[in-house]
Parts: sequence; structure tokens; C-alpha cells
Amino acid sequence: MLLELFFQYLVAGLTYGTIYAIVGIGFNIIYNTTGIINFAQGEFVMLGGMTAVTLHRFLPLPAAILGAVLATMALGALIEVTFIRWLAKPAVLRMIVITIGVSILVREAALHLWGEGVRSLPYFTGNEVTSLAIGGVRVSPQVLWSLGACLVIVVLLHLFSRFTMLGRQMRACAQNRDAAALCGLPTRNLVTLSFVLSAGIGALAGCVVCPITYTQYGIGAGLAIKGFTVAILGGLGSSLAAVAAGFILGILESFSIWAMPTAYKDAISVAILLAILFWRPSGLFGDREAARLKAF
Amino acid sequence: MRRSRYAQIAIFAAVAVALQLLAQASGKAFFLTQLTMAAYTSLLVIGLSLLMGYAGQISLGHAGFFAIGGYTSAVLTTADLGPHRGRAIVAALSKLHLLVARPDLYGGEALSVHPWAAFACALLSAAAIACAIGIPVLKLRGHYLAMATLGFGTIVHSIVLGTQRFGAADGISGVPPFELVPGLRVGGSPSARAQNYDLACALLAAGMLLLVNLVHSRVGRALRAIHGAEEAASAMGVDTARFKLNTFVLSAVMAAVAGVFLTHFNGGIGPSEASIMKSVRYVAIVAVGGMGSLWGTLTMSAVLNFLSLRGIFGSLDDAVFAAILILVMLFSPQGILHLLRRPWVPRERA
Repeated sequence: MLLELFFQYLVAGLTYGTIYAIVGIGFNIIYNTTGIINFAQGEFVMLGGMTAVTLHRFLPLPAAILGAVLATMALGALIEVTFIRWLAKPAVLRMIVITIGVSILVREAALHLWGEGVRSLPYFTGNEVTSLAIGGVRVSPQVLWSLGACLVIVVLLHLFSRFTMLGRQMRACAQNRDAAALCGLPTRNLVTLSFVLSAGIGALAGCVVCPITYTQYGIGAGLAIKGFTVAILGGLGSSLAAVAAGFILGILESFSIWAMPTAYKDAISVAILLAILFWRPSGLFGDREAARLKAF
Repeated sequence: MRRSRYAQIAIFAAVAVALQLLAQASGKAFFLTQLTMAAYTSLLVIGLSLLMGYAGQISLGHAGFFAIGGYTSAVLTTADLGPHRGRAIVAALSKLHLLVARPDLYGGEALSVHPWAAFACALLSAAAIACAIGIPVLKLRGHYLAMATLGFGTIVHSIVLGTQRFGAADGISGVPPFELVPGLRVGGSPSARAQNYDLACALLAAGMLLLVNLVHSRVGRALRAIHGAEEAASAMGVDTARFKLNTFVLSAVMAAVAGVFLTHFNGGIGPSEASIMKSVRYVAIVAVGGMGSLWGTLTMSAVLNFLSLRGIFGSLDDAVFAAILILVMLFSPQGILHLLRRPWVPRERA
């Protein structure tokens, strides 16, 4: 019985871990090309879910999700072009404050557009009570959907950055933006592309986990903090590390409910974040020497 | 130089008195209530301005310190120790005159901590927590510092929201007035409106005097050196870690003072006071006022807080602050008032 409970908590942790991982990947993509931590990252997840719910009233589910992802990508591009593109070498403090401002604007717009209600998409296969028995543990198919989506995103992202010209250009931009510009790469467009990509990934994650975790106008801020925790925990810049860290955080959080009141659940991830920042800012899988040289 | 500093304080006092007379003469004395609240909030904001503008350290968790101050005082002054009268600790506190008896809701007598003792506790706990948090956090820079302070704010928020003793989502109400000296009390009764306004302005002026003198002293020069180039300052013999920590603690204590006074003035405090949005708002005001301009920050803080408290922005309140924040950071990172300066004076470097 206890073992079963253990596995149930594990599955719940993995589900939340998926979404943290994907937000963390989004942070990484933008951080790599620009050196900016985009505090509005969580809002992309919220927008993806909310837009899909609205579109689903008129369209079949796959089309609604596609539409939501595309719309969020467009918004990501818009944010980059409006607020970031034309700033020449902005100070870190300035960028933090601007992206925080953007995230609040997006949240307030969502509040006025959709209200305070909690929404959700229907389950992709089956319904709330459908479950698959895997080794004695009941797992909702939606959990498999979100794990699968996470896997697909990581693999595609890896292939994209390894084997396509555009992906290689983005990596060049990440390594040294000035050198990339000197080689004739359109670095500004690549930065915009990184916002578009990261918005799209966030929106997709928002759609996939929406049936289980629900969505509301205000979920972005909490997700941003957790996604950042994950990005740091893994070591800024690496997607695979972010996935591993996402699962670690999700599972820790899920088991914390055993030991502490649920109300403090969010405090756990923040405590982990603080601990990591204090003792090992390079992350669990990051290179200490490399981290020391980076400018935060 | 020194004379102009005191002249500035005198101008502030004159403006404060003029506003009071204006409000009373125009029959809108109720404006004084919002002005009082704006003054207490400004006390927090100028402390944050010292930390951000002079020492160059961002804090996205100052609403946390405000809440620590406010909640400590609220819990201690509303707790009824009457049932524990027999305990040694209660008896000892009582003997030290740290407890006061007051009528409770049901006509009985409640025994709670004296507001001055609660005030001292609030400041001490804010200072202790700021110290404990500040030592590790202030080693970080940039994104990491922002996230760590944001994380601290989140923890305080989720603790007050999740703890029954702190009233959870309802907060704490029925906080008694804070009697500073007999006849002078911080509280929300309409008859004491003018008195409270004067008190808030006096407190703000005192805080301002402290900070203005501080930034023109050795400490201020050291802080600006840290802001300019931390390694260089360190190489010149400035104990950067200590200066940063002291500034952090000072600004946290000022936030706690604001929290205590505003809680007694409002008669209560709720978890939204600890929210991230509040912290962001304080940062926005410092940014608008101009990093490193105490008077600019004070002016913008008084204006924006007053307008916000009057409900001018309606349901767009948070959006307005976010928009202001973005616009200022995009077009004039040195603050709005900087745009008004004579154009032929070369701009200072950020």
C-alpha cells in the first residue's frame, strides 16, 4: 500500500516536473542567445493554455492547440520586437525590470480578457477517470501525453540545434554574439527567433498539461519562478539538464506534501532555489569554471 | 552643502504643511488619510532607493520585510495572553510593563503585548531576517540576486497565506492603535486624521534626513563606488560585503517600520501586502523616481501611491504600474525627473 502511494506521488511529481522542465528549457533558449532571463516565460504557458481553451469552442482540439501555439509564438515575437530588439547592450538590471513589467502586463491583459475563472481543456484521450494500470500504478493517459510532449520537444530541439543551419546559427549566436554578427549572421533575427521558439514551447506545454493542472490568468508568475529554479538547478544553458532538474523538483515538491502542509508547497521550490544559488550557482550538472566566467 | 540638505528637508516640511492646509481648506480632509498611507509607503520606498540606486543591489522582496514588520506587530498586539496569565513568562512580561490590558470584543479584558514592545520585536525580527538572508544573497549579482530576493518574497507570502496564526487569506484585523506617547496615537480614527498625517510626514522627514546625510557621508561614497565597480571599490579597501549588508538591513528595517505604522494606522494587515506585485511596485517607483535620486523617488512615490490609493487607476492599477515601469526603463532608465533636467547639463552615467 505504501509502495503504491509512493508511486502515485512519483507520477504526480513527474507530471508537474514536465511542465517545470519545459519552462526551464524556455528560459535556457532565450538565455543562450541573449544572456537575458525572460521573467515573462511563465506567461507563455498561461497564454498557450488559455488561448487553446478559447479556440476549442470553435475548433477541434488539435487545431485549437496549433492555433494557440502559433498565436503565442506571434506574441513572443511581438514582445521581443517591441521591448528588446532595439536596445543596444542593455544592463542586466534594466532587462530584469522590463521583462517583469511585460509579464505583469500580459497577466493583467489576460485577467481583463478571460476573467479570474479557472479553465481546462478536455483530456486528449479518455476522460478524468480513465487510467492505465502500469505495474500496479494508476496513471492518467494525459500524464503520458505530457511526458511524451516533453520528450518530443527535447529531441526535436536537439536535432534542430545540431543538424539544421538555423540551429547552428543560433548556437553560434549563443557562444559569441559579436563574433556571430561579424560572420554575417543576422543576430537580431536569431534573438527574435529564440523568443518565438521559447514562446511556442511554453504554449505547447501549457496546452498539454492544462487538462490535469488547469489554467488561470495568474499561474505564470509561479511557473516562472519554478522554471527558473529548474534552469539554475540543471545549470543554465542545457536543455537535458533542465529536464532532469525539472523532474527532481517536481518529485521533491510532490513528496513534500507528505511532510508539510500543502500551503507551503511553493516554498519548497524557492528554498531549493535559494540553496542552489548559495552553494552551487553553476547547477547540479553545470561546469563550475564556466559558470564563474559568465556574467549574471 | 549641509545647509542645502536641511533646506531640502525644510521644503519638504513646507510642502507637507501646505498640502494639509489645502486639503482642509478645500473640505477634502479625507485626502489626508491616503496621503498618510502614501507617506508610510514612501518610507519603505526611499529605503529601497538607497539599496537600489546607491548600492546598486536590486531587491524584489521588500514587501516581505514590510509584511514581517506589520505582521509581527499585528500578531503581538492582538494576541490575548489572558488565558496564559499563570505562566511564568507572561507574569515576567507583565512585571516589566510590556503587556497592556484592553477591552476585547465581548466586553472582557484581553491582555496583549504593548505596541512599543511589539514595535521593537518587529524591527529586531526584520533586522535579524534581513541579516540572515542578506549574508548569502548579497554575494549574488544580476539575475541571481533578483531571483533570490524574489524567492524570499514568495516564501514570506506563502507563509503568511498558509498559516492560521497569521489569519491565512483574511489577514489580521482589529489591530489596536499604537499610542506613541499619551495623546499621540497611530490609528485610523477620523478625528485624529490631521495628527496622523503630521506624524507620518515627520517620520518620513526623519527617514529622509537620515538617508540624505548617509549618502553624503563616507558610507554614501562607498556605496556609489560599489555601484560603479565593485571590484575596484574592493581593491580600494571598501569592505563591500559589509556595506552592502548594512544597507540591505537598513532598508529592511525601514520597510518594517513602514509596515508597523501602516498596520496600526489601517487597523489590520492582509497577505496581499506581502505579494510579489507589491515588491515589484516598490521597485517600479524607485525606477520612476530615478535610481540614486532620493528626492525624485520620494516625489514620485507620494504622487503614484496617492493616485493609486484614491483608486484613479481602477482595475488597471497593476497594469498602470507595469506600464510605467516598462516605459521608464525603455526610454529613461535614470527616472522621469531626469528628462526634466536642463538638456545642456551632461547626463550622469547610470
